[in-house]
Amino acid sequence: MVNLTAEEKNLICSLWGKLNVEETGGEALGRLLVVYPWTQRFFDSFGNMSCPSAIMGNPKVKSHGKKVLTSFGDAIKNLDNLKGAFAKLSELHCDKLHVDPENFKLLGNVLVIVLATHFGKEFTPEMQAAWQKLVSGVANALGHKYH
Amino acid sequence: MVHLSDGEKAAINAAWGKVNADEVGGEALGRLLVVYPWTQRFFDSFGDLSSASAVIGNPKVKAHGKKVIDSFSNGLKHLDNLKGTFASLSELHCDKLHVDPENFRLLGNVIVIVLAHHLGKDFTPQVQAAFQKVVTGVANALSHKYH
Repeated sequence: MVNLTAEEKNLICSLWGKLNVEETGGEALGRLLVVYPWTQRFFDSFGNMSCPSAIMGNPKVKSHGKKVLTSFGDAIKNLDNLKGAFAKLSELHCDKLHVDPENFKLLGNVLVIVLATHFGKEFTPEMQAAWQKLVSGVANALGHKYH
Repeated sequence: MVHLSDGEKAAINAAWGKVNADEVGGEALGRLLVVYPWTQRFFDSFGDLSSASAVIGNPKVKAHGKKVIDSFSNGLKHLDNLKGTFASLSELHCDKLHVDPENFRLLGNVIVIVLAHHLGKDFTPQVQAAFQKVVTGVANALSHKYH
């Protein structure tokens, strides 16, 4: 379980309220595919991912990124029960999608980087700490049902 | 050894030229100590680390951050021989400082985040990918002499 103070929860929610889920999600997924190219193996059907601009502009990447980050929004509403909130997605990623759970940590870190590029003074060290705890908690929750 | 294309090396140097390296160092070390509080154990003599603002404003943190980033900058000039460049520092961190090498990866990721924060949209996916390779290479080089 991720232990967030009331202040950390407030910080997370305040930043969440300011971000564009569709853009941020698309950018985070796109950057994952650029920075860690082996992750492209999970998205064979997405079409052109031949270079960074193709990836970042790819409509399927953007749409799937939106889907992923929308799911992340569920985490924000269930900060006290991430394992429960992500139980089904954890089973899906293990049993059907066969995703190495290390990739959840990578995507979490990329999301933090995207937040850092978008938010200037709001991205304080305390904000970074709160989000780092959150993405670790989500990554653990997504790994929880693996067997 | 870290493999960077000419384009990646150029991107790294261009990005590095746009930031104040000393500030990046102090901020990165400070954020490491805030986001991963156990890392404070290596800096008992630094004085007040009792809150995020105390850490970030602490003059010893800033000074040591500058020292660390000077080493990192030196690494950027020797990307074809990171292991050789960091050999002595690797021995020091193992034999004298007893630092768990996982912390090098954490600091590397925080450096990437600070760059993202400072450069905003100039921190493109390609620049991110290049720097992620560099910080991984530096972390590996610093771990290389561990026994």
